[in-house]
Amino acid sequence: MAEVERDPVSGRETTGHEWNGIKELDTPVPRGVLMFLIVTHVWAITWWFFVPAWPLGETYTKGLLGVNQRTTVEERVVEAQQERSTWMSRLENEPYEVILANETLMETVRDTGQQLFGDNCAACHGRDGKGRANYPDLTDDDWLWGGSPDLIEQTMRVGINTAHPESRIAQMPAFGRDQMLERDQVRNVAAYVYSLSHPDYSTPETLERIEAGQEVFVTTCAACHGETAEGSQEMGAPNLTDPYWVYGGDLDTIIASVHGGRQGHMPTWDERLTTAEIRTLAVYVHDLGAQQP
Amino acid sequence: MIKNLTSGEREISIFILVLVAIAGLAMAALGRADPLGTQGWIVILLAGSLLWLIFRAAFEPEPVEERLTSYYDDPIKIGIALSMFWAVFGMFVGVWVAAQLAWPNLAFDAAWSSFGRLRPAHTTGVIFGFGGNALIATSFHVVQRTSRARLAGQLSPWFVLFGYNLFCILAISGYLLGITQSKEYGEAEWYADIWLVIVWVTYFVLYIRTIARRKEPHIYVANWYFMAFILVVAILHIVNNLAVPVSWGHAKSYTIWPGVQDAMVQWWYGHNAVAFFLTAGFLGMLYYYLPIRAQRPIFSYRLSILSFWGITFFYMWAGSHHLHYTALPHWVQTLGMTFSVMLLVPSWASAGNALLTLNGAWHRVRDDATLRFMMAAAVFYGLSTFEGSFMAIRPVNSLSHYTDWTVGHVHAGALGWVALITFGSLYTLVPNLWKRERMYSAKLVEVHFWLAIAGTLIYVFAMWNSGIIQGLMWRTYTDEGALAYSFTDSLVAMYPYYIARAVGGLLFLMGAVIGCYNMWMTIKSVPLAARADDAPVASAAVPGE
Repeated sequence: MAEVERDPVSGRETTGHEWNGIKELDTPVPRGVLMFLIVTHVWAITWWFFVPAWPLGETYTKGLLGVNQRTTVEERVVEAQQERSTWMSRLENEPYEVILANETLMETVRDTGQQLFGDNCAACHGRDGKGRANYPDLTDDDWLWGGSPDLIEQTMRVGINTAHPESRIAQMPAFGRDQMLERDQVRNVAAYVYSLSHPDYSTPETLERIEAGQEVFVTTCAACHGETAEGSQEMGAPNLTDPYWVYGGDLDTIIASVHGGRQGHMPTWDERLTTAEIRTLAVYVHDLGAQQP
Repeated sequence: MIKNLTSGEREISIFILVLVAIAGLAMAALGRADPLGTQGWIVILLAGSLLWLIFRAAFEPEPVEERLTSYYDDPIKIGIALSMFWAVFGMFVGVWVAAQLAWPNLAFDAAWSSFGRLRPAHTTGVIFGFGGNALIATSFHVVQRTSRARLAGQLSPWFVLFGYNLFCILAISGYLLGITQSKEYGEAEWYADIWLVIVWVTYFVLYIRTIARRKEPHIYVANWYFMAFILVVAILHIVNNLAVPVSWGHAKSYTIWPGVQDAMVQWWYGHNAVAFFLTAGFLGMLYYYLPIRAQRPIFSYRLSILSFWGITFFYMWAGSHHLHYTALPHWVQTLGMTFSVMLLVPSWASAGNALLTLNGAWHRVRDDATLRFMMAAAVFYGLSTFEGSFMAIRPVNSLSHYTDWTVGHVHAGALGWVALITFGSLYTLVPNLWKRERMYSAKLVEVHFWLAIAGTLIYVFAMWNSGIIQGLMWRTYTDEGALAYSFTDSLVAMYPYYIARAVGGLLFLMGAVIGCYNMWMTIKSVPLAARADDAPVASAAVPGE
């Protein structure tokens, strides 16, 4: 037990306690701390008078300002909807030709569509809409199910290969794995398909294989992709003669597609976005392609 | 260490370990179709390893009677080692998850290494593993020295230490297996929670009994804080983890709290874990090691009283500020906000009391990196408590909530306050406890200090920037009244800050590794120093130990 002593640095006395060499000064609480304590308490009590603060059994003190976060949110949502209603109702109701022809409306579509696309579509199709392996590029002029705003809207609403009753269905069968085609037939038809977009591939050495592949194509593939292999937007069958490929256009990937089949999936947005949002996105996506040279 | 236990104590510890192993076996059997089974095998493995250690020393001679005339330091030494192990583990995982945010491929496409599982492994590793072990070790040291009494038990300190680490291992291995009850900082499931209650109550009883046998007339401030830490953490842990398991054979449980009340209980827990685990406990550390190292009396006993009761009282109300602008009633938010602001006064009073204690010792702060660790900790404590009160104000919170600003705030406290005060305390404690003249290398302490400061500042500045940018992007509207940015736009804007954050964390981790090396070399190679008067007062006479 130590005695009370005076600290030479501060000039204060100690409390007279000591623990393992630690002593304490008997310094009074600085006035600044007390002032600070008073200021924060006055601030808090004032606040309690003005806004909901203390529970009273079943209810609570409502506060002089009469604010409540729920009503505040409701009011703000109504305000925001009013602010947007001028253009939003037009995007919801005007025919697509009118929207596309109206430069002011199109500015709005590009502004809001960019955010909607970023939050809903970019995860698969990329922030710029250019897609990536297995996810279609939306900026080119090649469309599986059609690139007009009406058709894009329909694709967005029902999705592709979804549980939606009107879902767009596109199933490329697994011709090789399910033994509809022989190993050689798969390779031949792939060579033929490859040659459609790569005329240089057709050489005297490959000619036999390509011709054999063409026979397979006519009997097996043409039903969906068409005699000329230009595809069908009614069936979501891609055009195989152009340079655009969802899954990749090199020979190996084409073999893999014919062997294992392809069943892409696009979700349905009917329940998840409002009509105005879906139509905004339909115009936005259509416009992405139109913006490209 | 086991040599210092009597054969009777060795038998009791074997008995306890066998019980634990049986519990593990039951978990393994009942939960064989569930991740719970794996957890059971972990329990068996750990209990078995300890049993093996005891059996190896089972026939050593009885300890000498004089063991009771000295302080009980063995569990403290192991606690320090465990604390530093968890520091390196937890901080490494932290750097890893930080890097995953910038480069997602670092998850390597495996479930266990995905962000959602590693992130709680990081938080539990650093808060409970590093911080918790440091608190247990230093509290055992401080309570003995400031009470001049030996710990009131031979086995219970070991039970607390190893039991606590079993909890940490169960929790973290569980997260990697996909087990979680989805409560932040309380993710461990029901069986681990029940085990922690047993451990924690033992801790509390041990602590109270040691204080009860003190040879000083007054209880030192550090012990008030340690007691508040132990008592309130027990209450928080029990209330927040009240849950009903799906069955005895499943790790999964469902909380008894419904809806928004669950959210409120969770954040009452969460914020008071910050208050009583990460603040009160470490203030206990500060109140002992800072004046010891500075060789100065505490600036004001009266201020200590004001801050202690202010902190314990106001913190209890502040949790609802985590739920501003949610389904939680407005009035609860108002209370949380106003009490958070009032809380700033005792928080700053504590920080001020620590810094003013350094008056007359600033030359030591300049020369001694260990003391500088503690000085910087007090500064960061003051900064982050100010920031916390500020962010608790509703309009401020509407910007900061859900952004990286929160993450930056937490790390200003966790790195700048909690970790710095711990390193400063351990650099004081290690030479003292192993009775060495000094730390192995003062220069390495200095290097650690600057790495830690640089790491913390880089981390916090990166998160301030990214948090505020995020918050602003999320609330920016176009002229048409639509949102200007998509969420992914804000992620793209975060990218450079995520990299900076990982770099800051890496510097901090490097400092901790250097600290481990320095401590190891101190124990191994620094000459012994006689420490006079480092023994309890006549405690050998206490019977029945």
